[in-house]
Amino acid sequence: MYWNWKTGGIMLGLSFFLAVAAIKPIGVSTQFVIADGIMAAAVDPTLIQKDKKAKSGYSSSNAYLNKSGGKYAKSVAKPLNYSFVFVLSMFLGGLLGRILTKKEAGKPVVKQIPYTHVHRFKNRVLLRYGLTFAGGVIVLWGARLAGGCTSGHMMSGIMQTSISGYIFAAAAFLAAIPTARFIYNNTGGTNE
Amino acid sequence: MNNILLAIILGTLFGFVLQRIGAADPDKIINMLRLKDFHLMKTILAGIGVSSILLFGGMATGLVDGGHLSVKSMYWGVVAGGILLGAGWAMSGFCPGTGVVAAGTGRIDALVFLLGGLAGAGLYGLMFGTLKSTFLMMPLFGGKTTLVQTGEYPAILNTVTSLPGWAVAVLIGVALICIGALLPGNTSDNR
Repeated sequence: MYWNWKTGGIMLGLSFFLAVAAIKPIGVSTQFVIADGIMAAAVDPTLIQKDKKAKSGYSSSNAYLNKSGGKYAKSVAKPLNYSFVFVLSMFLGGLLGRILTKKEAGKPVVKQIPYTHVHRFKNRVLLRYGLTFAGGVIVLWGARLAGGCTSGHMMSGIMQTSISGYIFAAAAFLAAIPTARFIYNNTGGTNE
Repeated sequence: MNNILLAIILGTLFGFVLQRIGAADPDKIINMLRLKDFHLMKTILAGIGVSSILLFGGMATGLVDGGHLSVKSMYWGVVAGGILLGAGWAMSGFCPGTGVVAAGTGRIDALVFLLGGLAGAGLYGLMFGTLKSTFLMMPLFGGKTTLVQTGEYPAILNTVTSLPGWAVAVLIGVALICIGALLPGNTSDNR
């Protein structure tokens, strides 16, 4: 169903290499801020202002959007930029992957409620959504505090031998392994 | 080439690859983190190794512009944020990138994750004004620092080894691939 680790490793490595060779290292979590900014600016048009004094040419009343010379404020004002379109295109990549996935007998192409969840919590769908919503809040709040996520810090970071990348990866796995073993149990099969 | 066209091509490729290696499947993530299935871990280690070898090899031969590198700063928030991201990753089976890709594969739980993510990122944006002057933002190890010399950033190993930086980076890349190869495999058949 999935690529073996050698094919997968080469393709994953090529994706990260091509991105940095062509433009810059891959990163994702910043674009959640840009998406929030676009929605907030639609409600409050005064949020982002053109500002000749700012390094980016834009400033914001929000301290976060305004940081580093209004870098994020500019991306919110001009959403058709490389990094934002890159992340939107990842959605298409997922869709393409699904379309090209061969259906195996007796297995759904996409298992809407994961086997690991069913194994531990039966078919409690609302609990699954509760875990993913809360997970999303914690993941993105944490990623913004860290200044990057699995793509930007862990993969792109270690690729460049960044100190922050190694430390981020260690911190993330140190928290993730016990959490996964606690929530989803460390016994039982991996199939159902 | 036009930057937007490049973003579409490279973003679609990255999303497709993440789906193909199983990274957009929360079972694969959770089973990796439960230490039950190392298939994805092997792939990630190999992926980082391959990209690092190509990047530093490319820079050493002048084929890749070192100015494209972008090293992130090291500060206490990286540790705290990494711990939080790890906990939420294990809880949901998604990280920001794989959440987007999984939503693209038609997963409803991934859409819910993205909504949570937008809320989390928004909350951080509102809190940044008070967080920015705390110890969490204090640089560590000189902030934007790398292990080996890349050009513009300070490097820790610069004065320790006589090997050129790119060679050390290639060796680290090879080591990551070897660790990936040594991790137990052959579990991909039971997902």
